[in-house]
Amino acid sequence: MSALEKAFHSPVGRKVAAKAGLAEPARLRRGRAYPAGAIVLATIGASTLGSDTLARIGRPFDAPVVDSGEDPAPGYGNPIGALVIDATAVNRIAQLEQLRAVLRPGMRALEASGRVILLAREGAGDWEQQAVARALDGIDRTVAKELRKGATSNLVRMALDAGAADVASTMEFLLQGRSAFVDGQAWSVKASPDAPELTSRPLHGRVVVVTGAARGIGAAIARTLARDGARVVAVDVPAAGEQLAAVANEVAGTALQLDITARDAGARIAEHVAARGDRIHGVVHNAGITRDKMLANTDADRWASVLEVNLAAQMRMNEVLLDPAVPGSVADGGRVVGIASTSGLAGNKGQTNYAASKAGVAGLIIAMAPDLASRRITVNAVAPGFIETDMTARIPFVQREVFRRSNSLSQGGSPVDVAETICYLLDPASQGITGQVIRVCGQNLVGA
Amino acid sequence: MNHDVVVVGGNRTPFAKSGGPLREATNHDLLTAALEGLVARFGLAGTRAGEVAGGAVLKHPRDFNLTREAVLSSSLAPQTPACDLQQACATGLETTMYIANKIALGQISHGIAAGADTASDAPISVSDPLRRILLEASAARSTKARLAALARIRPSHLAPQAPRVEEPRTGLSMGEHQAITTERWQVGREEQDAIALASHRNLAAAWDRGFFDDLVTPFLGLTRDAILRPDTTLEALGRLRPVFGGENGTMTAGNSTALSDGAATVLLADSAWADAQGLPSLARVVDAEVAAVDHPGGADLLLAPVAAAGRLLARQRMAAGDLELVEIHEAFAATVVATRKAWLDDAYCRAVGLDGALGAIDDERLNITGSSLAVGHPFAATGARLVPTLAKLLHARGTGARGMISVCAAGGQGIVAILEAV
Repeated sequence: MSALEKAFHSPVGRKVAAKAGLAEPARLRRGRAYPAGAIVLATIGASTLGSDTLARIGRPFDAPVVDSGEDPAPGYGNPIGALVIDATAVNRIAQLEQLRAVLRPGMRALEASGRVILLAREGAGDWEQQAVARALDGIDRTVAKELRKGATSNLVRMALDAGAADVASTMEFLLQGRSAFVDGQAWSVKASPDAPELTSRPLHGRVVVVTGAARGIGAAIARTLARDGARVVAVDVPAAGEQLAAVANEVAGTALQLDITARDAGARIAEHVAARGDRIHGVVHNAGITRDKMLANTDADRWASVLEVNLAAQMRMNEVLLDPAVPGSVADGGRVVGIASTSGLAGNKGQTNYAASKAGVAGLIIAMAPDLASRRITVNAVAPGFIETDMTARIPFVQREVFRRSNSLSQGGSPVDVAETICYLLDPASQGITGQVIRVCGQNLVGA
Repeated sequence: MNHDVVVVGGNRTPFAKSGGPLREATNHDLLTAALEGLVARFGLAGTRAGEVAGGAVLKHPRDFNLTREAVLSSSLAPQTPACDLQQACATGLETTMYIANKIALGQISHGIAAGADTASDAPISVSDPLRRILLEASAARSTKARLAALARIRPSHLAPQAPRVEEPRTGLSMGEHQAITTERWQVGREEQDAIALASHRNLAAAWDRGFFDDLVTPFLGLTRDAILRPDTTLEALGRLRPVFGGENGTMTAGNSTALSDGAATVLLADSAWADAQGLPSLARVVDAEVAAVDHPGGADLLLAPVAAAGRLLARQRMAAGDLELVEIHEAFAATVVATRKAWLDDAYCRAVGLDGALGAIDDERLNITGSSLAVGHPFAATGARLVPTLAKLLHARGTGARGMISVCAAGGQGIVAILEAV
């Protein structure tokens, strides 16, 4: 820790920082904890989707306070835990007023780490309907920026034929602390014929392969997978074997020392799983490297190594692991998750190769998803923003503090936040989420 | 009874020259690290193994119950029983047979054999007079009596006693014994250096092709065997001065094993149990034999494995030609050469009670992924290093391929074992 960093975190430093507008960031609610306060459901128009979904996950809910123009605006007596707005019937500009009317009292009433969750339908129909669908996106992103004390807002776009069973795992994820660092985001939920019931250990007995599992985000993924019941196959390069063994033993999984750029990497993973008589439920392509340099100084080797590890190796392994004829490959109904990055989505100085690889991951999953739909295999990516790891700890303090503050939650995320989002995608109940890139970035200022 | 015993796999730390990258680790640390890697490789965390047998040759008094304590420090269930064994350099192979025999008898379904040694952290004891004075002082009932006892300490008492490397009955070190054998069997410098060179080349190639990815887990930041010199040459080896056998000796630091630090483990199981658990079976443990020679009476200290090999092959109705691979522990390159010559020597083989010469061991069947000269030789760990290595090599050759491990040991003993690919 540098002298500057120590001074910043000293009692005096904290006071100075607070005066300068750099308040202590809120401590986020994490894990499978629901909000403490009441869940309020506001339904606009004729829809039962919100109430059906909350009933499906077993959460009671209260009626909203509505601002009907009196002065001062009405408020809630006690802090509320979450404001769920079922806007699936909203398709006219005039109806947006009803969102304002329920959001206004809710904004000040939300508890720390509270939630605003907007349920909407995918844009379709006439010009106005499509414009309104997009308007909800603007509301979500702005609400996320205005909320304080670790509260978040997210928008879920439902396919026209998707129902409560399809969105239940998403509702649970967003209400719980698992989504702590997911803020101001929007993603889509499709209909699926057979979304199973939710359980607290949805991955019980399922084999999940995690690459890059020895440290940082990979180790957090392994731990979170184990909490949710998975049998973890922890993969990392042989040189990281000591830490890898520690992680594997901690989660009672198995360690596989393997360089994922080896031509037979996919085959060796499948063999490892097949030897134990199993098939794979999920593959988490977490392994990745950086070789940062300004493009003017980037040679072919720097360029190639990052694309090879972060993208090409992943694609090669997928070809083997998604071949149903290969023993020990991914079973029908399985899950593939890639790790993109906000750097890939927004671009980042000195990271052309990294941005190319990570944007490539996003492109890859979007391309793969429809091809695997018939086998009910979902393919998604998460895009972490600034996450506190050994890697980001090496960034100079001032720059690091700027990165931390440049999101709506004014702090860096934790590796477990990335892990939780991945576990949500791996949940068999998340069958309706495929071809998506979900950012875990606290609504970072940069990015798509 | 009579269960099929298979080698599921193994794990070891990288080995290093004593005083090198692993110098801070104790026997306990090394053994625990090797166990942890094995547990992780086969997903045994939290489970109870039938038994763990381990050992070390250079043991501190604090290494009391070494293996059981390492089990308690590992991720295995604390209900896993353990014992310590010791048979000098044969320890790791003897623990393998101890566990294999229990599995064969149906007493346990699976178990772990192990060995660890650190020459960096070798126990140093105090002189006998000093020890007697210290014991007397600690038993004294008054301060006066304690001071009186301590006052008898003389400077000469304070010289520490390094661990003995000599054979107690001959006063000769193992190297000095081997120098006699080297002379007796007319082993030349060139053939010794050629074996050392092959050991380094074979080991380097095996590392480069990832052969050790599922046999070794890094420890203390060391990711490869530290003694290995991939670039060594016959010229470089030829420049080394003799360290055993006097000025005209042929044994050098390059063709003799270095004092080493490291630990190794083997997971053994009843084949039916391994199948039921979804664990791999690399090779079946066929049989083993131990022999000893009368080295105080003048026999070659390190050639006991020859008689053991002959008796074992005869019992298994096998000939030397049935062995696709042979692993001969490279205590010294000259030991390997002398052993090969002894296998071919009809008179010698008859003299040790065999029916005749055993036959030739060709280069292409011998130590094909390197051995102790390049890997290192933490005494008790070597047997447990060899078993998974040979099992993996045989498995790759296909079902039925058979191979032999031959390990010489201090005290004029030797153990050999036969594995057969599953």
